Amino acid sequence: MSEPVEVTPRESSVLRISLRTAAIMLAFTLVFTALMAGTYKATEPLVAASLLAEKLRLIGEVLPPGEYDNDLMADAIMLPPQGSLGLDDETRIWRARKQGAPAALVFETAAPDGYSGRIGLIVAVAADGKLIAVRVTAHKETPGLGDYIDPKKDKNKTRPWITQFSNLGFDTVPVKKWRVKKDGGRFDQMSGATISARAVTNASGRALAWAVEHRDALFALPANGRFEERKP
Amino acid sequence: MSAYKDIAWNGLWKQNSILAQVLGLCPLLAVSTSLVNAVSLGLATILVMVLSNFAISALRALIPYEIRIPVFILIIAALVTVVDLAFNAFLHDLYLVLGIFIPLIVTNCIVLARVEAFAAKNGLRAATFDGLMMGVGFVWVIALLGAVRELIGQGTLFSGIEMIFPTLSGFQILPVEYPGFLIAMLPPGAFFVLGLLIAGRNWLDARANARMREQRIHHQVEHATDHANSAPA
Repeated sequence: MSEPVEVTPRESSVLRISLRTAAIMLAFTLVFTALMAGTYKATEPLVAASLLAEKLRLIGEVLPPGEYDNDLMADAIMLPPQGSLGLDDETRIWRARKQGAPAALVFETAAPDGYSGRIGLIVAVAADGKLIAVRVTAHKETPGLGDYIDPKKDKNKTRPWITQFSNLGFDTVPVKKWRVKKDGGRFDQMSGATISARAVTNASGRALAWAVEHRDALFALPANGRFEERKP
Repeated sequence: MSAYKDIAWNGLWKQNSILAQVLGLCPLLAVSTSLVNAVSLGLATILVMVLSNFAISALRALIPYEIRIPVFILIIAALVTVVDLAFNAFLHDLYLVLGIFIPLIVTNCIVLARVEAFAAKNGLRAATFDGLMMGVGFVWVIALLGAVRELIGQGTLFSGIEMIFPTLSGFQILPVEYPGFLIAMLPPGAFFVLGLLIAGRNWLDARANARMREQRIHHQVEHATDHANSAPA
């Protein structure tokens, strides 16, 4: 039996092989990172435009374009994280005006207590304290069961569930009645998926109450101002 | 030419990425809740497979054997990122639906498997064709899975098509009163349907093999009797 021949490459050749291999890896990394960076740069304006269009489309769903005549994107104010609206991040409030007079507030809100976590919402509240409309922007509710809160998934196409809040204020539906029927309130829910409906109903009620409480302060702020809640 | 036939047959049936190799289950199970979602992710996967097989076949002489895996992963990840950005830019509505799944293509082992097993050893044209065929094999199975789950789960087909073609709309196949069958939409339903599809494929293959064997025996017997008859008494 012969001893296996130990091939020990000289140290310099180990170093040389490592360097060469590393250089090849580096070259590949550079080329493909450049490819990614190039694509990113090339698609950036398109992506930004789609995001803006998406935002405008969402706003358009809750607030018909005929309801205002100002530039919504320019007349926005910053809203620091609001626990009562379920918002953990800074968001924007868009202020709609018609002939200079306050028309509506459009802002994001959230229901933290959906069946599968947070339900993102966007609401428009008219200056007279009526909720113009509310729409779901993001949710993870069970497909085919709780996702009727999104009108795109709602089987009732003529009168989707979420439209029942439209044009209601606390003058017609008292705060105590702003609940699903199962909780003794005024709004329908689908049997078997009450949690999703309850979360959206309660969150829209909270958003409406918040907007009614702060609307004067919100409309008084300068454009691009920052809303600070006054502690009593 | 028959080499290409083999590639096509392997991709579509014999070594089908899902039915035979059972690879790429993560995106498969997550996205096959409806036909439109399934086909959309499938098409993105075809794109990535064709691009990565092409790129790696083209660069195969430059890639040292020892570091081929990191280089493959680098190339695949870069291509998926490019496809992801392109989707976001040009098919934004679809991106909103599929956005979180496109990065999952990186984790779809079928892409790396084809690159390692085929593209790194074969010419440009064969490798690109293999990527296409393996991708088509992935698409038809995920589409079938998506269609079955959508039909059982909510009684429709092509729901959500308006995200891609705003003028079209999905079909209600079962009566509107159909209450839906939730488990088909949840991951366990995906496993059930996938299991049935794999069983179906095995059954078809077993039947084809049995028939072939029967024919062979039949042929041999016939041959033997012919021989016996023609032999002088």
